[in-house]
Amino acid sequence: MLENRKWVIIGLFCIVGLTYLARLFYLQVLDDTYSLGASKNSIKRVVEIPYRGQIYDRNNQLIVYNTPVYDLYVTPKQVRIPDTAAFCRMMAITPSDFDSIMGLAKNYSPVKPSLFLRQLSKEDFARIQDALVDYRGFEPVISSMRTYPAHTMANALGYVSEISKKQLENQDITYYRQGDYIGHNGLEQQYEEQLRGKRGVKFMMQNVRGVNKGSWKNGEFDTLAVAGQNLITGIDVEVQKYADSLMQNKVGAVLAVEPSSGEILVSVSAPTYDPNLLSSRFFSKNYRALIKNPYKPLINRPVMASYRPGSTFKLIQALIAQQQGSLFTNTVYGHGGSPMRCHCHGGNNLRGAVQNSCNPYFYYVFRKFLYFNGEHNTFKASAIGLRQWHDMAEKFGIGGRLGVDLPSELKGNLPTPEYYDKAYHGALRWKFSNVYSLSIGEGELLISPLKLVNLAATIANRGWYITPHYIKGFGKAGVGLPAEYNEHHETGIDYKYYLPVIDGMRGAVAHGTVTPLANIEGIDLCGKTGTSQNSKYGHKYDHSIFIGFAPMNNPKIAVAVFVENAGWGGKAAASVAALVAERYLKRKTEALKLDAQVKASNYLPPAQFLPGAKKPVAPKKDTTQKTPAAKPLMTATKSNPIVVPAVSGN
Amino acid sequence: MGWLNVYAAVYSPEDHTSLFDLSTNAGKQLMWIGTTVILIICILVINHTFFDTFAFVFYGFMILMLILVLFIGSNINGSRSWFKFGSFTIQPAEFAKVATALALAKYLDVPGINLTKQKDLLYIAGIIVLPCILILASNETGSTLVFASFAIMLYREGLPGWIPAVGLSAAALFILALVFSKLYIFLGIVVLLLLVILLMPRYNRTLPNLLGIGLVGLMMMGYVAGVDFFVNNVLQKHQRNRIKVLVDPTIDPLGVGWNVTQAKIAIGSGRLQGKGFLEGTQTKFDFVPEQSTDFIFCTIGEEHGFIGSFIVVALFIALLARIVILAEKQRTKFARVYGYCVAGIIFFHVMVNIGMTIGLMPVIGIPLPFFSYGGSSLWSFSILLFIFLKLDSRRAGAMWR
Repeated sequence: MLENRKWVIIGLFCIVGLTYLARLFYLQVLDDTYSLGASKNSIKRVVEIPYRGQIYDRNNQLIVYNTPVYDLYVTPKQVRIPDTAAFCRMMAITPSDFDSIMGLAKNYSPVKPSLFLRQLSKEDFARIQDALVDYRGFEPVISSMRTYPAHTMANALGYVSEISKKQLENQDITYYRQGDYIGHNGLEQQYEEQLRGKRGVKFMMQNVRGVNKGSWKNGEFDTLAVAGQNLITGIDVEVQKYADSLMQNKVGAVLAVEPSSGEILVSVSAPTYDPNLLSSRFFSKNYRALIKNPYKPLINRPVMASYRPGSTFKLIQALIAQQQGSLFTNTVYGHGGSPMRCHCHGGNNLRGAVQNSCNPYFYYVFRKFLYFNGEHNTFKASAIGLRQWHDMAEKFGIGGRLGVDLPSELKGNLPTPEYYDKAYHGALRWKFSNVYSLSIGEGELLISPLKLVNLAATIANRGWYITPHYIKGFGKAGVGLPAEYNEHHETGIDYKYYLPVIDGMRGAVAHGTVTPLANIEGIDLCGKTGTSQNSKYGHKYDHSIFIGFAPMNNPKIAVAVFVENAGWGGKAAASVAALVAERYLKRKTEALKLDAQVKASNYLPPAQFLPGAKKPVAPKKDTTQKTPAAKPLMTATKSNPIVVPAVSGN
Repeated sequence: MGWLNVYAAVYSPEDHTSLFDLSTNAGKQLMWIGTTVILIICILVINHTFFDTFAFVFYGFMILMLILVLFIGSNINGSRSWFKFGSFTIQPAEFAKVATALALAKYLDVPGINLTKQKDLLYIAGIIVLPCILILASNETGSTLVFASFAIMLYREGLPGWIPAVGLSAAALFILALVFSKLYIFLGIVVLLLLVILLMPRYNRTLPNLLGIGLVGLMMMGYVAGVDFFVNNVLQKHQRNRIKVLVDPTIDPLGVGWNVTQAKIAIGSGRLQGKGFLEGTQTKFDFVPEQSTDFIFCTIGEEHGFIGSFIVVALFIALLARIVILAEKQRTKFARVYGYCVAGIIFFHVMVNIGMTIGLMPVIGIPLPFFSYGGSSLWSFSILLFIFLKLDSRRAGAMWR
């Protein structure tokens, strides 16, 4: 009987064995959560960030490049510092800073490298490089920082900084991770995808403490990083810098395009700031200072500011009225019967009216335009006329966004009949007498400088425009240019109707509304002044506007200048425009007297009018001096605490 | 002999993996293997009567060693159970198993010993419990539990059926008490006992019997309540945690449950065919703790997959079955008892060790025979196995003659 018990025992062995095998089968073959857990455990993606593309101007001058900087990493476990005091002196940090950084690093991991100091300049690094040999556990990792040798165009370029939390959460395809750099605003944002290149991914094996153990499967699944593409822009840096200097102590915008191609030559937003301010270790400090500046240097005025176009809009009125057939070159209107004041002597034909910017003349032109349809009811006729007016004016690209390659363009406003229906609480409750201020570019019109420079280019081209754009190509001119920037937009106005308007524009500069000094010899500038009413501080602070192009025949440059609060358009704005055009066409400035006069004038609005400012603070101008002269290594750590990032390859 | 083949076949995977896992450990292990071979030769050369005659001497010597180690042993991981010679350490507890097995065999060899007699039973219990207490004193709970494996041998030798029955039901109640709340178990016990009474023949339902059943029920309830108390108040913290992890593996995967979770991940990631020899990422990069000693099975599971682990488990079962069958063939009771002891010890080790890596057993630090790194365990298992082999060879020799 006891003999039989051996079968019980063997049976027990077998049952246990079979149970284990069943369990193993389940774990190893049926359930795959464990094998997924394993790869999560031991295989780490190491991301290689490629160099960001550089940005050039039309003459192959560098506007933005990457400076190598050194991030100093520390591996706490390997650190051997014979003399901490001497080390801190060399690094220009205080012993307490040293302790706190090391504490953070140790907390993160004793065996993984963590950031000790970020963005050491080449000079700083050279200074400590030799001495660093004596201190074990510190390892410099090369990384890069955006640098702007031209110190200009900050607003149009945008800046590169760490990705924000919101952006991280809103990505369609998960590409960025915490701590990644991304272009903000301007071209850096617009062409982010091309500039950033393609990140490489390496799969590394790591042990339980995160120490690397070589590449996984010999790098079979690794992808190489692809460097970002260089962006060639149509900007002419030299003229750009000159325009910057002209706009010192002024608020406004200067835009210039090449009419034949739509390439933007100059893009000034005044006041501006040195773009290097936002690329250094001192980003947050500098950014806060800029945000607080009452003159709002962070607004990119060429595309984000909306002004009433003032008299410059008369050009469109003249063109569409001729096309409609309600205006002829020899039509003459006097001042009588118009509610508008005028400074000219009256009795102009079309050329004269443009030259002298006669308000009553365009009052009548617009009146006739609106009623130029068989409708006798003035309310109905106004509605029909305004619809026609809107549709024709829209062709100049002023109704909506033009489509410039910046992310922040604003729409502006070109009123429609529906707009007034709403404003007057119903259809047919308004007529010409309610909207006549549109005739001289006032009223409900809102237009950005970009659209006005486009208008100048359109007239320079006598009938068509290419949407203004910054890009000229990637790597080489013309490569990768979006198709829309080759497309001609027709205005629907016949060639012949442009000629009298252009004659008037030339006349305006030669002996019309423009200050005589601005009629610079040899550039043959044609233009139209505008004075946008700004009753906030009284007429003394009207905005000065000028749009124009040069030379008259076969124009090479179209310019639009806004100078806020500078009063009469013929002076401040026209002078700047003339000087910019001269510099571009002649590559030098001969009108030295005008140059000096412009540079000396200060149109900054009194700061007490500005919201949020008690004392007038000089705006950050673009300067050629470098960022903070003396640079202690650690000044940034207070506003910019060192946060230990995940290890990323470089 | 089939033995050697099994031994070699089972042995080789450890040799290689260990060699690449941790080069220092692998080197030492090679040295251990060398010395083991010498030991085996010694055992095979010595006359078989040597073991028979000196069984109690061995036993006495080991008891002495176990007492000694408490005083002069070196402290490793909180347990004072190792002798240290230079960089090598020896754990006498491992050898105590062999000595106890021999002593038990010797004792049972005496004619007239009957396991149903209470006096003999007490003696045997004494032989087993004495080293247990000493090992427990040196804080090696895992090794102590191994002595429970002698129950298998005792069962074969005629242990009254009620003893293993009580043991099994105690174990079952223990696990139930951990998984379910007390109230449910009490209800279950009452229902069970009522069923028993219902099924009893009418003439058996006498008052004493009913009272006895009631008493059993009360004892079970008391035991269940005691388990709770035992787990929460008597066990040390790490032991309590191990039991908790077994019941619910998902608690605290980074802390208490780390070992089991990582072991399961490693084994599970092997899939059907395994990652290939030396390709294991989990075991190679230290995700699995103690991967060359207690969790060695993870290496097999990860690198050789289900096929590999199937072969290992099957080999162990085959080995155990063969030992049992051979033991039955022995002429002397000494050899048979000893054979069953060997089978029991190996079975217990295999069951607990593999069981803990796949989450079926609580984590108890005992090695997998012939696989785990460690000289003491390799030596003791070799001695264990080859003494039996020697005893068996005498049988074969006698038959041949």
